[in-house]
Amino acid sequence: MSPGEVPKVPGRHLLSVADLGAEGIEEVLHVSDAFVEVGRRAIPKVPSLRGRTVVTLFAEQSTRTRLSFETAAKRLSADVMTFGVDTSSVAKGESLRDTVETVAAMGVDAFVVRHPAAGAPAAVARWVEAAVVNAGDGWHEHPTQALLDCYTIRQVLAERRGRRLEDEGVGCFEGLRVTVVGDVRHSRVARSLVLALGALGAVVTLVVPGSLLPPSLEGWPVAAVSHDLDTALGTSDVCYLLRLQTERGAGSFLPSVREYCAGFGLTARRAALLPDDALVMHPGPMNRGVEIADDVADLPRSVVLQQVANGVAVRMAVLFMLLGPSGGAGLGSAAALDGPAAPGADGG
Amino acid sequence: MAERERRLTPPRGGVFVPRVQVLTAQDVQRALTRIAHEIVERNRGLDDVVLVGLQTGGVPLAFRIAAVLQEVEGVSVPVGLLDVAFYRDDIGIRPVLPEAATDIPGDLAGRLVVLVDDVLFTGRTVRAALNALADYGRARAVQLAVMVDRGHRELPIRPDYVGKNMPTRIDEQVDVSLDGVVLGDVVPR
Repeated sequence: MSPGEVPKVPGRHLLSVADLGAEGIEEVLHVSDAFVEVGRRAIPKVPSLRGRTVVTLFAEQSTRTRLSFETAAKRLSADVMTFGVDTSSVAKGESLRDTVETVAAMGVDAFVVRHPAAGAPAAVARWVEAAVVNAGDGWHEHPTQALLDCYTIRQVLAERRGRRLEDEGVGCFEGLRVTVVGDVRHSRVARSLVLALGALGAVVTLVVPGSLLPPSLEGWPVAAVSHDLDTALGTSDVCYLLRLQTERGAGSFLPSVREYCAGFGLTARRAALLPDDALVMHPGPMNRGVEIADDVADLPRSVVLQQVANGVAVRMAVLFMLLGPSGGAGLGSAAALDGPAAPGADGG
Repeated sequence: MAERERRLTPPRGGVFVPRVQVLTAQDVQRALTRIAHEIVERNRGLDDVVLVGLQTGGVPLAFRIAAVLQEVEGVSVPVGLLDVAFYRDDIGIRPVLPEAATDIPGDLAGRLVVLVDDVLFTGRTVRAALNALADYGRARAVQLAVMVDRGHRELPIRPDYVGKNMPTRIDEQVDVSLDGVVLGDVVPR
């Protein structure tokens, strides 16, 4: 390999948070810090991805994820094309593959893919040269959501300890007690989050109605599974509520939504059982009155809007690392900082 | 991680072999004291002056200049930190990731910014820094202070304040810290 050539790293796509490992996650969080700073500027935009094209391909409804990715790409000065399956030729019967290859032929550097079928982003990654970011596929994974959740936890903990964020590694996750509540079966957020938290050393407890447990928890780094939310809350540093995914048929796994709410909803009474400094998180969109009570969602310990705000910075970090100058440092590669000794490199 | 360290980091970087000590710690301190006086002289005081240290090599130098200014003029000059990774242009040359925090105190509109860096070489870092500064507002003027000007410019950029003019070969390496300036070579591992 000649000097000046960038090593091809494995992390050309972000399909699963498991591909990153603890080191890769730490790197993303670290780069996100820099983009949070960019977001605070008078002009919150940097020229890093000038001339790159990012396509958002959303075959499922989404507000925050699509807008968050588009904002992220625009703040990096990339060009953004949006592509909804219901408004495109897919509605005329064109296959996903033909559509994706057609769009790719226009010259695309990255696809951000959301699809109801698990594995669709991985398939797209095999079809095209561009980088692919999984923005949620079926019940499988939603890696950027897990990354922004980890970022938010780290941000709040660093703030509390009075530490500068850039000095805060991922040590704060070691032994952190996280309780994930709700519809784990249908939740791609849960899978990505649990894998990420597990890699970082957190102690994860699932509190799930029996019928909404996944068929198997093999490979899930989970410390305990419980049906008793009241007890679990007393020893939680973070309470992460999942959305009841009625559009995926979660309702038919339950006697009634009201009963679910009675057993697994975070009501004001239950929120009082949490330790004083515990965080309440929700990936959105919230079903107020179902998994989270109206007044709990607006408590100061609820960091739901902070999660959304951090989403833009974390997605900027992911796009930057996949596409940045030099064709992207790649994700999940500790070697990313080890540039070649390029002659003519600036001395400072 | 400074450019210097990035070039020296395994697996692809080399090892820095020092050859000549060019400036001692005392020389560096004297140069910074002189630069501080030049800044005051040239701008007839310190009104609106902000020091911005480039991450990571320029940061300790900027703080040291601020300390001297405090001593001689009794004025506390704000010091900002700037990482220019997002503005670099070395496409295809190396992976570029931000290394350290950016922290610019307030709006730069109307201020007089003195950029501080350790080594001025090709000028590409300074070019990136100028673009970055523009995003924080329209500074009244931007000046450049460097500890070492080693030549080999690739862009029309010149320093306003120089610690030491030091002609070098392009393949040499200059190591700057508050402990001194050392000229050496990067040899493959």
